[in-house]
This record gives sequence, C-alpha cells and structure tokens, in this order.
Amino acid sequence: MTDASVATSPIFGKLSLAAFPIHEPILVATFAVVVLGGAAVVGALTYYRLWGWLWRDWLTSVDHKKIGIMYMILGLVMLLRGFADAVMMRIQQAIAFNGSEGYLNAHHYDQLFTVHGVIMIFFVAMPLVTGLMNYVVPLQIGARDVSFPFLNNFSFWMTTAGAVLVMISLFVGEFARTGWLAYPPLSGISYSPEVGVDYYIWALQIAGVGTTLSGINLICTIVKMRCPGMSLMKMPVFTWTSLCTNVLIVATFPVLTAVLALLTLDRYVGTNFFTNDFGGNPMMYVNLIWIWGHPEVYILILPAFGIFSEVVSTFSGKRLFGYTSMVYATVVITILSYLVWLHHFFTMGSGASVNSFFGITTMIISIPTGAKIFNWLFTMYRGRIRFELPMMWTIAFMLTFVIGGMTGVLLAVPPADFVLHNSLFLVAHFHNVIIGGVLYGLFAGMIYWWPKAFGFRLHPLLGHFSFWFWTLGFLFAFMPLYVLGLMGVTRRMRVFDDPSLQIWFIIAGFGAFLILLGIVSFIAQIAYSIWKRDELRDLTGDPWDGRTLEWATSSPPPAYNFAFTPVVHDNDAWTDMKRRGYVRPVDGFKPIHMPKNTPTGLVLAGISVALGFALIWHIWWLAAVSFAAILVVAIAHSFNYHRDFHIPAEEVVAAENARTRLLAGSGA
Amino acid sequence: MASTMTVPQGGEAPVFYLKDEHPHPEGHSTPLGFWLYLMSDCLIFAILFAIYGVLGANYAAGPAPKDLFDLNLVALNTAMLLFSSITFGFAMLEMAKGKVAATQGWLAVTGLFGLAFLAIELYEFHHLISLGATPQRSAFLSSFFVLVGTHGLHVAFGLVWLTVLMTQLARHGLIAANRRRLLCLSMFWHFLDVIWIGVFTFVYLMGMLR
Repeated sequence: MTDASVATSPIFGKLSLAAFPIHEPILVATFAVVVLGGAAVVGALTYYRLWGWLWRDWLTSVDHKKIGIMYMILGLVMLLRGFADAVMMRIQQAIAFNGSEGYLNAHHYDQLFTVHGVIMIFFVAMPLVTGLMNYVVPLQIGARDVSFPFLNNFSFWMTTAGAVLVMISLFVGEFARTGWLAYPPLSGISYSPEVGVDYYIWALQIAGVGTTLSGINLICTIVKMRCPGMSLMKMPVFTWTSLCTNVLIVATFPVLTAVLALLTLDRYVGTNFFTNDFGGNPMMYVNLIWIWGHPEVYILILPAFGIFSEVVSTFSGKRLFGYTSMVYATVVITILSYLVWLHHFFTMGSGASVNSFFGITTMIISIPTGAKIFNWLFTMYRGRIRFELPMMWTIAFMLTFVIGGMTGVLLAVPPADFVLHNSLFLVAHFHNVIIGGVLYGLFAGMIYWWPKAFGFRLHPLLGHFSFWFWTLGFLFAFMPLYVLGLMGVTRRMRVFDDPSLQIWFIIAGFGAFLILLGIVSFIAQIAYSIWKRDELRDLTGDPWDGRTLEWATSSPPPAYNFAFTPVVHDNDAWTDMKRRGYVRPVDGFKPIHMPKNTPTGLVLAGISVALGFALIWHIWWLAAVSFAAILVVAIAHSFNYHRDFHIPAEEVVAAENARTRLLAGSGA
Repeated sequence: MASTMTVPQGGEAPVFYLKDEHPHPEGHSTPLGFWLYLMSDCLIFAILFAIYGVLGANYAAGPAPKDLFDLNLVALNTAMLLFSSITFGFAMLEMAKGKVAATQGWLAVTGLFGLAFLAIELYEFHHLISLGATPQRSAFLSSFFVLVGTHGLHVAFGLVWLTVLMTQLARHGLIAANRRRLLCLSMFWHFLDVIWIGVFTFVYLMGMLR
C-alpha cells in the first residue's frame, strides 16, 4: 500500500491487487467471518422466501417506524464493529510493554483508532439517536408520519451507504490513519497519499447528506405536524430535545460538508486551503471542523436527555419536575454548544483573551446541564419509583455523567487543559460522557420503547446482566485512563516504555472484557425475548403506564399510527386522557391518506456507494457514469406525481376491531 | 402524585380525538423544509466566505485581485444574474394569474440569462487560468475559485432544475405540485442572487480596494 502513488489504470484507477490485504491474517479471518455470516443471512432469506417481504415491507418502506427500526439495526451492527476495534486497541495497549511490539503493526493500529472513533460517532451513535427520534417523535406528537416520508427513507439509505464504504475499506485498501477528525497537514496528500483519507471523506460526505436531510425532515415534522392542542410548551421533552438536536444538525452538518469538501479539493485538485505552503492554513480546518464537532456531541446527548426525562417521569409516576426550565435548559445548551468549539485546541496559541472566552462559555454550559440533573432528581423525589431497566440505566447515567461533566469542567480551564491536552484524561472524559450519557440513554430508550415497537417486552433478567456488566465494565475501562492521563500518558500510543504503566492498561482491558459481556448479554436478551415473545406480550399498548401519546395507540402501532388524530389538553397527554375517562373510539373510521413506498432512496444510495468508491480509487469513468445515473434517477423520480394512497376504511376497521378484541381479552 | 397535576380531575371529559378530519394538504411542509435547506446551503457559503476572509490575502507572491479582476466584465455578469431574478419574478406573477404559456416564456428568458451568466463566468475562469492564476497558485486563488465556482455550480444545478420543471409544466400545467416546485425554485434562484451580491461586494469590489 505504501507505493500507492504508482501510475493509475484507466479502468481500475488506483485499484490493484495490492489493495487487498491478503497478507494480514486478522483481516483475512474477519473477511471469512463476514462472508460466512453474509452467506448465512442470504441463505436464510432465500430459504424462508423472505426477499419479497424484506423488499416491500422494509427496504422500500417510507413508514417512519420501519425506518426508525432499520436505523437501530444499522447502529447496533456497527456497534459490534466499533467495539471490536476498541477491544483490539485495549489488548494491544495492555501487552505492548517491555520492548514488546504487541500484535498490531503501526499501519493497522493507526487505522484502528481512527475507524473506531468514526464508526462510533457517525455510524453507531448517530443512527441510534436518529432511529429513536424517527420512531418516537411522530407518535409523540400524534402524527401519522414525518413531513417528507420519501426523504426519510433516502436519508436512512445514505447513512447506510456511508457505513458500507467504511466497511469496504476494511477489505479493499485501508482506512485513514489520521485520528477521527483527519487534521491536515497529516490528512493532506503529501502525508497521506493513500486512499484511507479518501474513504473517510466520501463515507462522511455521503452519510452527511442523509443526516442533514433527516434533520430538516424532523424539524418540519415537529413544527408542522403536531396534533391539535399540542402547543410548543405542551410537547413531550423528548420531542423538544429532538427539535433542538435537529436544529443543531441543520446548523452544523453543512459546516462539515464544506470543510471536508475543501480538504477533498486540497487532495484531489491541489488547492491550498489547509497546506503548509502557498498561503494555506491548517488551523482553519481545525477551527471549522470543531465548529461542527462540538455541536455534534450535543446533537448526540440532547436526545439522550430527552429519553431520561421521559423515563424518569414515567417510572416515578410523576409529571416531570420543572418542565419549563427543562425546555429552556435544552435551548440554552443548543445555543451555547455553538460558542465553545475552541476549547478543543486551547494549545493552538490564540492567546489568553480568546482562551478565556471559550473556557468561560464551556463552563457556563454546565449550568443548564446541572439544572437538568436536579430536575430529574426532584422528579424522583417523593415519586413512586419503579426500578425497571430503563430507570436503572437512568440512575447509572446520573451517577456516571456527573463524573464526566466534572472532568469536562476541569478540561475547560485553559491552564489545566495545556497539561491534559491530548492525554488519556481527555479520552477518559469524552468516553465518560458519551458512554455514560449517550449510550446509557440509548439503552434506556431502546428498552423503554421496545414494547411499543414490537408488542412484547424485553426479558429483564439478561437485561440486568447487561446493565451491571456495562456499568462496572465502563468504570474498570475508563477510570484507569483518568489516572494515566493525569500521569501524562498521551492518546493514540501503540507501545509504551514505562513498565509501571502496564497494570492500568490491564485493568482497562479487563473493563473492556466486562463491556463485551454486557454487549453479549444485551444481544442474548433480545434473542431470548424474541423466543419467549408470547409470554412477554403486551396487549394494552401501554406496558409502563406511560404518559405521552405514543402509549395511546397499539403496540406495534398500525401503519397509520392513530385511527383518529388525537387532541391534546395537557403536557402528559396520555396520562391526562387516562385520568379524565378517555374512551377509545370503536366506530366511524374513515379512509386514511398515506404515502406510498418507493425504491428510489435505496437506488440512489446504492449508486452513491459506487460514486464514492470510484472517487476514492480515482476510477473516473465509473464516477462520471454513477454521477449521471444519480441525476437521471432523481429527475425520473420527480416525474412521479402519484406518491400517496388511501388506506381503505375497511382495513382501518379490521385493524381497530382486532385491537378492540385484544383489549377486551386482556381485561384492559 | 395527584397534587402535581395541573388539570383538575373529574368534570366533563373534553374531546380527545378528531372525528372529522380535514386532510392535510399535500406538501404543506415543503416551503418550510425548503427554507431550512436554503439556510443549510447558506451555511456552506458562509464557510466559504469565512475561508476567503481568512486566506483571501495570502497571495503567496502570486497575483492579487488588482492584477486579475476586470470589474466591467463582473458588472456585466452581475447584471445577467440580477435580470434573471427579475424575469423569474415575472414568471411567478404569470403563474399567479394561471397563465402557463407566459410563465414558460419568462422561465425561458430566466434560463437564458442564467446561461449567459455561466458563460461569462467560465470565460473569466479560463482567462485567469491562462494567465497562470490557477486554483493551485495560492490560498487566495484557491478560495476565490471555490467560492465563485460553488456559486456557479449552484446556478448550473438551477438551470438543470429549470429545464426539468419546464418539461413538467408543459406536461401537467400549473397543478398544485408544479406551483409548489416553482415556488421552491424561485426561492433557490433569488437565494443565489443574494449570495452573488455578497460575492460581488466582498470578493470583487473589496478585492479591488485591497
């Protein structure tokens, strides 16, 4: 791979047999497993004749619920990949002492820490967050779908297309070796002449199209499609945090798009934006990418805050404490997240005044965040708390996240940051807030809304195993990194000289092992619950005594969500309906206007993979052909004016009558 | 628990669902969605302007704006784009009156002005490159070409869209969906005009003053 600057062929571009890592046993074994797994899935789909079902009911579906579930599957699959990378790094760092080189060469190790970060943020956290928002928000606001259902399907497939490119890089060529934000000049063409950075760029650009469009879509949905009576200050908090998150997405992802496009031009055309010579300025890149990057972490955490709000209120049997302050705290965080980017590089040398400004804004963010923590605590105070799994994740979050928040405030002090910059202390801090905040929130949310999506609960016992393995594993894996960071150990190191450090890395490796058990338990929990689904069945549609509108319909909800559009009078709309004697309508159903499925999103994303691959490998003819194909398909799609249909009233009657019988049978 | 409720219990149960629903008009979110898209696009231009603001004076011992820009040509170019915005406005007025042929006519005129703008821009680029003022020459020229070129690409995309929409107009006339699409394209077109005024002022006029 090192001689990648060799002459390119007109047919294959830079792609040659040397790009296939047949000399890397780890990759060859992984490839074999992927091929076997893929063959098993394809075989099963063929054997059970499921292709038609998969195509009609899922891949081409514009139903926000199905798209939400597909996002979740994408995120969980990619979590396995990202976690495998993490375990490999932990093992390497635990053994590479006393002259040992470990088992990973530098070329492989540098890709690992890059791809781990990229996958975990872009292809695990983002799909999981977007998936939950997609599934839950329309239900919470009493809508039948999102504003732009086709765009929703297209966004999902573009995100998937980005993930596919990252996965291809594992077996064809290499991924970037630059760290997850690909700072130039290291990511420039002179220091990274191979295709790794190009994989990075095109995977993120293609996925970024999906993310931006899905942000626009969800903002429109929340602004335009709320049911009657749901004023902004009556929206569930999860919907509020989703709104703020999507505003942040639309207000920041274009920055990422622009800055990556400029890096692309530097690499492909030879412009001088971020080069060291001809007037370029690499620090422009660092500034711009963090103007996207810092809001990005709030894009991830805000929906998690929303999930915790729903969970705390439901499982304490109380209205959320301080709803209004919660909303304002969310909005303040949204705005402030835009004013702190420079704290990621206080060491740039921008001077005391600039550093002070950004240090202070960073510290100010902890105030609304702290207000939220108190609101959750006061919601629990004198509540009738049920320690179901989502509630346990929430409590674990409050304990863990406060530690992460406090180390964040430490790092916000510029003089302290000069010492801790790029150290393992930083690594521990952001894993502390992303695992302890985002991931715990996602677990709480997945377990909380699982019965809504599938009509049966997750079995709690294995969930408890998963919870304890994750929580303890997290502490074992990252507390040692705080210690190491304070001792001055920098991040992204492959080998170490000082043998006294080894014990901490071994403890961290043990923590990663516990997390592995946590992930295995989670998968086992899902598998076991699917197997025992009849025993875990929920017929009421409201297994947790929920408070918001999504619990007012059946589980899983019908394609049209609500047979009649709900009317809202109070914050916790469903609690209000239950208290004031809401009677479910059983007749008078009418045809329901719904969008039609379409394969266009899948087709466009598929061609985008080809376009990305062609651009990465400089296969210009393929790039031209696929670009033209994208235009043709998109234009052809715009000539289709018949994108909707009516679910006939008889179908609605049949579905609703079935529910009436179930409810009567369950005694609810 | 009950003490935290703001709604009094008991009493008459209000309406909890709509028995008779007026259907959502199709595409009622589209203008808002398109506005949001335009704002996200505006951010891309904001970044390119910021880049030009920071790197625009880094000539790397190469040519500076005064050596390169011909304000007469740029003024002509600006006029083309501004006229195209006016004619698009005329097309929208005809659309409001429900006149398909007149709408198509003004759209065609808009397209011609757009093409003229692009042709002049390409001529300018060609001229600069022939002088050795290539995007690779200095950070100033990189940011100049990319800012102006991104705007040009948007205009080119707008022209493709205009052509497609005129075909659809010819097929289906001024149906609701086509009116909505025309509205979006007109917002897009005027948006590009606004961006160009920024480019004209910030890059060309202020560049000549440097």
